[in-house]
Amino acid sequence: MLQETTIPKVPSDKERQLLVCRGTGCESQKAKLLYNTLVDAVYEAGLADRYEVKFTGCHGLCQMGPTVMITPEGTFYCTVTPDDVPEIIETDLKRGGKVERLLFFDPKSKTHVFSYKDMKFFGPQRRIVLRNCGFINPEVIDDYIAVGGYEAIRKVFGMSRMDVINEVKKSGLRGRGGGGFPTGMKWEFCNRSPGDQKYLICNADEGDPGAFMDRAVLEGDPHSLLEGMLIAGYAIGATKAYVYVRAEYPLAYERVLIAIKQATDRGYLGKNILGSGFDFEIKVKLGAGAFVCGEETALMASIEGKRGMPMPRPPFPAVKGLFGKPTNINNVETFANLPVVLTKGGDWFAGVGTEKSKGTKVFCLAGKITNSGLVEIPMGTPLREIVEEIGGGIPNKRKFKAAQTGGPSGGCIPTEHFDIPMDYENLTQIGSIMGSGGLIVTDETTCMVDMAKFFLGFTQRESCGKCVPCRLGTKNMLETLTAISEGRATMEDLDQLQELAQDVKAGSLCGLGQTAPNPVLSTIRYFRDEYEAHILNKECPARVCRDLIRFKVNEEKCTKCGSCYKACPVDAISWAKKQPAVIDTSKCMKCRSCILACRFHAID
Amino acid sequence: MKSGEKLQQIFARHDPRRDALIPILQDIQAEYGYLPPEAMEAAAGHCRMHPVEVFGVSTFYAQFKFDPVGRNTLMVCQGTACHVMGGARILEEVQSQLGIRPGQTTPDGAFTLETVACIGACALAPAMVVNKDTHGRMKPEKVMEILHAARNDNS
Repeated sequence: MLQETTIPKVPSDKERQLLVCRGTGCESQKAKLLYNTLVDAVYEAGLADRYEVKFTGCHGLCQMGPTVMITPEGTFYCTVTPDDVPEIIETDLKRGGKVERLLFFDPKSKTHVFSYKDMKFFGPQRRIVLRNCGFINPEVIDDYIAVGGYEAIRKVFGMSRMDVINEVKKSGLRGRGGGGFPTGMKWEFCNRSPGDQKYLICNADEGDPGAFMDRAVLEGDPHSLLEGMLIAGYAIGATKAYVYVRAEYPLAYERVLIAIKQATDRGYLGKNILGSGFDFEIKVKLGAGAFVCGEETALMASIEGKRGMPMPRPPFPAVKGLFGKPTNINNVETFANLPVVLTKGGDWFAGVGTEKSKGTKVFCLAGKITNSGLVEIPMGTPLREIVEEIGGGIPNKRKFKAAQTGGPSGGCIPTEHFDIPMDYENLTQIGSIMGSGGLIVTDETTCMVDMAKFFLGFTQRESCGKCVPCRLGTKNMLETLTAISEGRATMEDLDQLQELAQDVKAGSLCGLGQTAPNPVLSTIRYFRDEYEAHILNKECPARVCRDLIRFKVNEEKCTKCGSCYKACPVDAISWAKKQPAVIDTSKCMKCRSCILACRFHAID
Repeated sequence: MKSGEKLQQIFARHDPRRDALIPILQDIQAEYGYLPPEAMEAAAGHCRMHPVEVFGVSTFYAQFKFDPVGRNTLMVCQGTACHVMGGARILEEVQSQLGIRPGQTTPDGAFTLETVACIGACALAPAMVVNKDTHGRMKPEKVMEILHAARNDNS
């Protein structure tokens, strides 16, 4: 069922295009060298007049990077190295065959997949936000224009501001940064707010650990963000805009700057854009490493050059925001949807998704999953389909335990809700949130107490310290969780932890504190037995919390395979064929390599 | 070039306004690797702020450093996906190889170790960044090789 997943046609005078992914994922696997090698090899083989080698943003299947796609047929080569280039040139480009060993291997059907369109990873996806990612060169504005880019803004200039807002309202688009507030309604507030100067801000401070959707758009299709911002700026009457990018994304920052320069040179930004009389200027601000700056009032403080601390609301940014002026803030993914909403119309967009959650959502699928990467699915797709079909299931024959959504503000979805259709309402109902789109899959080797401790450790460090419930509450909760993970806690502590969690939620000033207890409450709700095992039996069922592991081989379960012996980095395990392994605890440094290597849970 | 001139060049690129402070501090850090106290004072003068305010802003953000850094900067990702996939083991290995903790620099000035909450390379977890290069699917065994290469490239 391929719809938007079909390959966008970038007009080219060449017969075929070789698209080399150069997102951060593939780049870390030496995609730049691969790209240069391919360019040279195609030229040297005398094929440069028929084949174009182009670098693109992320296709999403980072697990299999670096990737090379050949269009128009959609041949998708995975984990390609520069050494594979001669074979691709000879077999595919010259003789029209396929280099089978580089094709995606489907572990279920045990066959190589010839085209991108037939890959299970891409098949169920529906790409609206990521429509161009992986197909166009993000550093060439003509590529974006060739696939219909900057058409939406031409259309918008022929509409009144309220018509634009109404179209977005009709689409049902909701904020993709996590809150899920209706975008059109937010714009209307800002549009109606009196003020001589209004500001628009793009929140690209994607701080949730485990989420990189926005990075893919910034790196892979920055012009769609700029066009979305133009549409929003026009609708609310803002002439100045900021993109606030986090410092940890240097490549994204660079590509947005290139895109802004190109758009300005072509007259899509600046004064009197396309003769419409509308002026619009976009500046980029680089974050400086503070998670709380993803909160809108803290973000504005940071742009103003202050400590990034949140302010109580009201007044809302739509009334009194950046530099005291009416301001509208949306997230990258929200903006990237807008050119499509305006081109195809609000009704079209509203036809995708569920009753209350329209359109698609990009998830960052990672953790214990076979195909990790970026997936964009219609709202309402069941979690099971994402994990088992698109993600290819859990590796190493292990069992699904839970999926964590919404990062440090979210919660977990256990097996009993595996068939839940993923939309805003359903996720909230079971105690998790949509959040920005992190989707971390865990298996039986993940300890839920440890997971909660991890997230709380993060929010506690990132708390700005302004309000007491968040500053001290998260600290106190973290201490209790640490005590549980070390076997020092009592059942009273667990009750107190839940009570304090409610207080922190209720009493904190901003979203960081209000949501920080969610991972704790959600894991207690679904995995209370694990908490009790830590407290009452002084045992960590997943064998993660080191203080509760004895590092002793259970001879009844041991199959004498020697996997642990091979995995031990400090030679603390002795083993001989047909003998159970023995761990020398004086040498053991409790690194858990043996536990991860053992498929039989034979180490207690 | 004298350090005063370098600072003047940085200031020339930014308006003397408060909202230019963070970009100025970022430029200073790009130049010196950290924020020298004199440079922060000069930045305060340029942005027409009190030095104590500049200190307040700079200490709020994790990116800013107040001590000179080593020739190589290592960032070991401790994000969610990296945590689930064993990022803590990678950090331990780096710590034991270099004998320093996050935030510290080796006595020979070769390495500064940092942790980061997420670099967005979740599909390649666990990940670490050496200067500008991201290394995905890290294993403790690969740490020594990577440190060795960095030491040779940048000695």
